[in-house]
Amino acid sequence: MERREFTIKVVSPALFTLSLFLIWEAVCRVFNVPLTILPAASDVFAALWRYRAPIAENSFVTLWTTLAGFGIATVFGLTLGIAVGWHRALYAGIYPVLVGFNSIPKVAVVPVLILWFGLGELPAIMTAFLISFFPIVVNVATGLATTEPELEDVLRALGASKLDIMRKVGIPRSLPYFFGSLKVAITLAFVGAVVSETVGANKGIGKLMLDAQSAFQVPIVFAGLLVLAFLGIVLYAMTALIEQRFTGWAFRGQANY
Amino acid sequence: MTSPVLVRLDRVSMAYGRREAAIHAVQDVSLEIRKGEFIAVVGPSGCGKSSLLRLISGLHPPLSGNLSVEGKPVKGPIKSVGMVFQNSNLLPWRKVVDNVLLPLEIVEPHRSRIRREGRSYREKSIKLLESVGLGGFTDKFPWQLSGGMQQRASICRALIHEPEILLLDEPFGALDAFTREDLWCLLRDLQAARAVTVMLVTHDLREAVFLADTVYVMSNRPGRMVKCLDVGISRPRDLEVTYGAQFQAIVHELRGLIGRTGDPAEGAH
Repeated sequence: MERREFTIKVVSPALFTLSLFLIWEAVCRVFNVPLTILPAASDVFAALWRYRAPIAENSFVTLWTTLAGFGIATVFGLTLGIAVGWHRALYAGIYPVLVGFNSIPKVAVVPVLILWFGLGELPAIMTAFLISFFPIVVNVATGLATTEPELEDVLRALGASKLDIMRKVGIPRSLPYFFGSLKVAITLAFVGAVVSETVGANKGIGKLMLDAQSAFQVPIVFAGLLVLAFLGIVLYAMTALIEQRFTGWAFRGQANY
Repeated sequence: MTSPVLVRLDRVSMAYGRREAAIHAVQDVSLEIRKGEFIAVVGPSGCGKSSLLRLISGLHPPLSGNLSVEGKPVKGPIKSVGMVFQNSNLLPWRKVVDNVLLPLEIVEPHRSRIRREGRSYREKSIKLLESVGLGGFTDKFPWQLSGGMQQRASICRALIHEPEILLLDEPFGALDAFTREDLWCLLRDLQAARAVTVMLVTHDLREAVFLADTVYVMSNRPGRMVKCLDVGISRPRDLEVTYGAQFQAIVHELRGLIGRTGDPAEGAH
């Protein structure tokens, strides 16, 4: 059993990723694709190694702006979600505005943010926040709104206040929704931060790629993409791990109790 | 059988929604439940049986008529009530023992004591679970229990705060026939031991006749009381009773009453 688990969870994704890189390398070599269009995987890794210092420095900036925006989004999203889930009128009132706001492409907001906060990390943090809080709000509100009415009856008949029901049932019940939404939100926050950097910033992976592109340093552009994908996986895995830890009861099918 | 009246409904009507759009669920229902009595309410589905429970528990106000529990008119949740539904509604993130403790975290005076005296409350919860045969399952999570065991735990949750009245809304509806009979006996014994007043809403006529002192039959929506039937078989009853002629006759009579009240046009939805 253990060995099978290992094969499924470690060997199979590693093999798949490796073969993807091999195919990429082979295609570039066989068709002799110019370096400025699609550099081979080996060229990209070479660039990654050669420019490791600036890449690491800029990755760090992107990482912390992402996490800062994500952190704000988590607090804000949780608060708003509970408020919206608490009261039907609030839900009805806020929801259309939220949907409307969420429909605005955040790229279009970045210039405004730069206008307000100047070039720097702040616009990236704000973009990360603005793009990622919506799924948290919706999920928390949904978790609260779908509390079984009979369970609510059991508690209300005992004289439980709305706050009691929220504390004992609503909030624990919506935690799996909340943690589930964090997985979506973290990747969105990452996208937001990078988008903001590519529109205007002093630092960050997005900025690095933009500079490399204008200098026709295509391998660096692709190295940046690789780093982005890698960081995305790491961030996602982190939130998935947190989710597993806190809401193991919701994954009873897979867990070994 | 001259114990005082605990619940009194006097020509009570109830509706959901307002004014013109209101749907009348219960119409002019009068009934009395004596302390320690076990009554069952049967009727076709959608006849307002569950609404009756919501009325008595104080979750929904009556439209007209008088409703009192322990002589006092019901104005809001009455607190001295335990409820069990068809779904056990146990909280999946709490162990069984903690699920049973839930009402004590809500109802005074336990609410302010449970922090300090957590252990003794926990022991009480475990004892109660042991008495329904869940001794070895107190530290399990609800999903690790079978449907019948979950329902046993749910009954414990309804009893832990020692309520005056137990309101059961088709509590065994989702169980298989054998488990159901086990739980009938469990409920019979619990009621006998604790002398708690029970109101059971069900559409299982055998269940109603086996358990209750008095069976009320309701008509189609809006629900009215068609019949109040004294079962008259001495209690406690053994499952064997359900195969006897007297028992069968009562069930048969009840079935006839429900068949007659069913209006095909009404029953369509």
